[in-house]
Amino acid sequence: MELAFALAIGALTASGVYLLLRARTFPVVIGLTLLSYGVNLFLFSSGRLATGGQPIIGSTSQYSDPLPQALVLTAIVIGFAMTAFVVVLALRNLADNEDDHVDGYQSEPKSRKKTEDAEVSGK
Amino acid sequence: MSLPLVVLLPFLGALAAPLFAQGGRTAIAIASSVPAIIALAALYPHWPTLADGGVVLHSYEWLPALGISFSFRLDGLSLLFALLILVIGLLIILYARYYLKAKENVGKFYSLLLCFMGSMLGIVLSSNLLLMLVFWELTSLTSFLLISFWNHKQDARRGARMALAVTGGGGLALMAGILILGNIVGSFELDDVLAAGDLIKSHSLYPVALTLVLLGAFTKSAQFPFHFWLPHAMQAPTPVSAYLHSATMVKAGIFLMARLYPALAGTEQWFYMVSFTGMATLLIGAYVAMFKHDLKGLLAHSTVSHLGLITLLFGMGTQLAAVAAVFHVINHATFKASLFMAAGIIDHETGTRDMRRINGLWRYMPHTATLAMVAAASMAGVPLLNGFLSKEMFFAESLQLNLPGFWAWVPPLVATLAGIFAVAYSARFIHDVFFNGKPVDLPIFPPHEPPRYMKIPVEILVFACIMVGVFPAISVGPLLYAAAAATLGGNVPEYHLTIAHGFNLPLVMSFAAFFGGLLMYSQRQRFFDFHARFKEIDEKAVFEAVISWLTTSANRLTSRIENGSLQRYATLLVISVLAVAIVPLTSLGVFIGENGLSPIDWPTLIGIVVLILCALATAVLHRERFYALVLLSVVGLLVSLGFARFSAPDLAMTQLSVEVVTIVLLMLALFYMPSWTPIESSTSQRVRDAVIALAAGTGMTLVTLAMLTGPFTSISEYFLENSKPGGGGTNVVNVILVDFRGFDTLGEITVLAIAALGIYAMLKNTVLTPPPGDGQGHAWNRDAYPLMLRQIARPMLPLALMVSAYIFLRGHNMPGGGFIAGLITAIALILQYIASGMIWTQHRVPFRYHNVIGLGLLFAVIAGAASYSFGYPFLTSTFEYIKWPVVGKFEVASALVFDLGVYLTVIGATLLALVSIGRLSPHSAIKSNKESA
Repeated sequence: MELAFALAIGALTASGVYLLLRARTFPVVIGLTLLSYGVNLFLFSSGRLATGGQPIIGSTSQYSDPLPQALVLTAIVIGFAMTAFVVVLALRNLADNEDDHVDGYQSEPKSRKKTEDAEVSGK
Repeated sequence: MSLPLVVLLPFLGALAAPLFAQGGRTAIAIASSVPAIIALAALYPHWPTLADGGVVLHSYEWLPALGISFSFRLDGLSLLFALLILVIGLLIILYARYYLKAKENVGKFYSLLLCFMGSMLGIVLSSNLLLMLVFWELTSLTSFLLISFWNHKQDARRGARMALAVTGGGGLALMAGILILGNIVGSFELDDVLAAGDLIKSHSLYPVALTLVLLGAFTKSAQFPFHFWLPHAMQAPTPVSAYLHSATMVKAGIFLMARLYPALAGTEQWFYMVSFTGMATLLIGAYVAMFKHDLKGLLAHSTVSHLGLITLLFGMGTQLAAVAAVFHVINHATFKASLFMAAGIIDHETGTRDMRRINGLWRYMPHTATLAMVAAASMAGVPLLNGFLSKEMFFAESLQLNLPGFWAWVPPLVATLAGIFAVAYSARFIHDVFFNGKPVDLPIFPPHEPPRYMKIPVEILVFACIMVGVFPAISVGPLLYAAAAATLGGNVPEYHLTIAHGFNLPLVMSFAAFFGGLLMYSQRQRFFDFHARFKEIDEKAVFEAVISWLTTSANRLTSRIENGSLQRYATLLVISVLAVAIVPLTSLGVFIGENGLSPIDWPTLIGIVVLILCALATAVLHRERFYALVLLSVVGLLVSLGFARFSAPDLAMTQLSVEVVTIVLLMLALFYMPSWTPIESSTSQRVRDAVIALAAGTGMTLVTLAMLTGPFTSISEYFLENSKPGGGGTNVVNVILVDFRGFDTLGEITVLAIAALGIYAMLKNTVLTPPPGDGQGHAWNRDAYPLMLRQIARPMLPLALMVSAYIFLRGHNMPGGGFIAGLITAIALILQYIASGMIWTQHRVPFRYHNVIGLGLLFAVIAGAASYSFGYPFLTSTFEYIKWPVVGKFEVASALVFDLGVYLTVIGATLLALVSIGRLSPHSAIKSNKESA
């Protein structure tokens, strides 16, 4: 069972990393989300895999570790905040550059872009 | 108290001095001398203790955990340096009064001068090495400002920058050295370090610590090959040169060697590093001084040479040599400071420092000439003057070194050669300036004697030169003894301070140097011609070139790595993580820990296989963004199922609700974005990325496998035992969140709030036009708010709110709580937005979500702070059981208020984020603007 669980974390990480390295914002966001699934599962599993051991006092005889659960619970919510923020960053990039490339531009020469930036900041 | 006061006084004076600038130069000079006079008076009562070899310690705690204390220590050595700093400082204050012009910024000058004085006193009086380091850096900074006092001159700015770069760099090395020393000894207090000499010298890190400390000392004291900054620092006003670059700052490195002498000296490494550096500096300085036409340039190189001489004496390692070194510190300070002041007077009265033009000044300023000639004679080592005595000791010591064979000849030869140069450049200073024909084309002609009081400091110093030279035992004997005793840790050898020791080898060397030097000077034209054959290296140009080369290559490297491409950063980041992890990972291999694998559970396995397939499919199909999103949601659902399966009901519920919100969020974003990702990267790049991704995935798999099968101990016993009796709840996860680790949760919801407000700010006034269709020719459905959805969604709202209230209230004991309840409420409201549109919903939910967030944080903080009023620390919770009619026994915990804060913050943050995105399209923007208007 542990092997399958470990493979799942590996698959999430691999897919996440691959998408993280893409050139457009949307795949990167998806990649980050996959990666955070992997990380959350990894943190959670540091309390080991146990079935039927929910840490509710009096509900069972053998409790699983509640601490990683509490940590992962906050991690899930923070992860959501981060995803939302990155998505909005991508949208803002789309609005400002009319393009969803992660670098803010596609193929125009760098020097031209730089002078534009300088003009903007000069104003 | 008096020692910290001595250090503090000049700094206080520095603050006060500019206030007197309005009153003119005399007023500010008098005001500036007050701190130095009080400091001298405060040191005076300690003399009897110090003369007996005693130590005065004043210590105050500062950062005891780091071994840093505010402790000061006075012994013979620090007294000697403190006296040099204060007495010469006073003379400089008087001298500068006449040197500076009335229109110059005298307030700044005196303020900086006093700052420098305080920093120097701090170095010599600190008992804690780290405290000393602080003052050490302060002298670098204040000297930078003093050298660049005339900051309209480019040369002054460059010279100051060079001095700062060299001495500041040395300061960093010194810091590392001191940290190592402190680590070896276990204390940064001087007494402990000095007592641990044997421990330090036998430690394996001794060579490293020694090298680093010496780097600090050598850069500060302008030792070869770092000597080049000192001549360029001569761009400073002459009082600064006289003070910093003859008597005090350049002596700080010497002081450091003397101070740490018992802890570091006496080994072969010390001998070779210090004595050879000193020897090289001695010769190079003396040689170059001969060829300088600039009056201050000659003095600067002669200073370099004398500093080399003192360093060489310390490097010899014998006790007598150390005594001679301390003695020469005094003598050099007196004659060199007076020479600098004389040079300043000449510069002041003639308008130039070029010795090819300044000739025959004896006729115009005989008084100054007499003073300068006596001081220069002392520099040359003429008998009956103080320079002669210490030089004689130096010659004697150079003969005592027991080096093998031919090497035994080297130190005496070098010493005599340096002596010849010293006599030659001193002769040049006397003959060229005051005799040798008539002045050539002086900017100010005819030159006059300077104001009466400008000569007084020079007179006092020259008088000291003669007194020490004729009556050494009476004038300087006790002070020298106390300083030498402190340097050597009490073992002072026998020595005699007399005018002459009779006819012996050192005297022969002196005579050889004297006549050799005069001969050399008389033949100077040949040497000048010889020297002119070599191309002179301009250290400043070299330094500037090196600096600009460093900055351009740093820029080039930066722009190569940091080219503005996020894709590249991400790749580099992942590759570096892999590079760090690869060694431990390969040695780990496929590792199954002692707990082994648990048996396979088929339904779970099927779930995991589907999860893996969907995760991989998301990556493979990511160009079709909508498919990728659907697959992602499947992964998320399976993850929450996994949590449920492996005993984490709270996590399962949280994951499920977050999943819903995330997918809605991404759908919303996709509405504005292209629905298809073009192929941009080459095949090879994709293969490379796939390899990186596979490596990362394999690494995570191996780590997880090793962790899951390894032995397991947890600190959670405490939480499980105390959850009910201490926190009043049976849901341990929730109790941890709102009680045990409540402060974490408070921080976390604050982050959530900040993220939501950031989203709001980022999208405010931004307009995005969604593409008209899905990019493949299909237009969007015209029916934005389908009837069926509307009809189902509306009755759902009260039901969902009720469920969320239930989840919220039971959270302390059963799976649930503020996070989950907040997300459920948020989803219920989002459903209304989706089904009925922005305007309809906004009308009926008239909250500003900013306020909801604020209210939530307020609740959380109040719940935490309330415990103060009962005398408990922040966020201590309490609980009570209440019997309600019908409902029965019910528990009210103060943590519930905190959880309410969490609940409200989650709702506010989630909705603010989603509504901000929903508002983006021009359609809804116009409408909502109308509404708010």
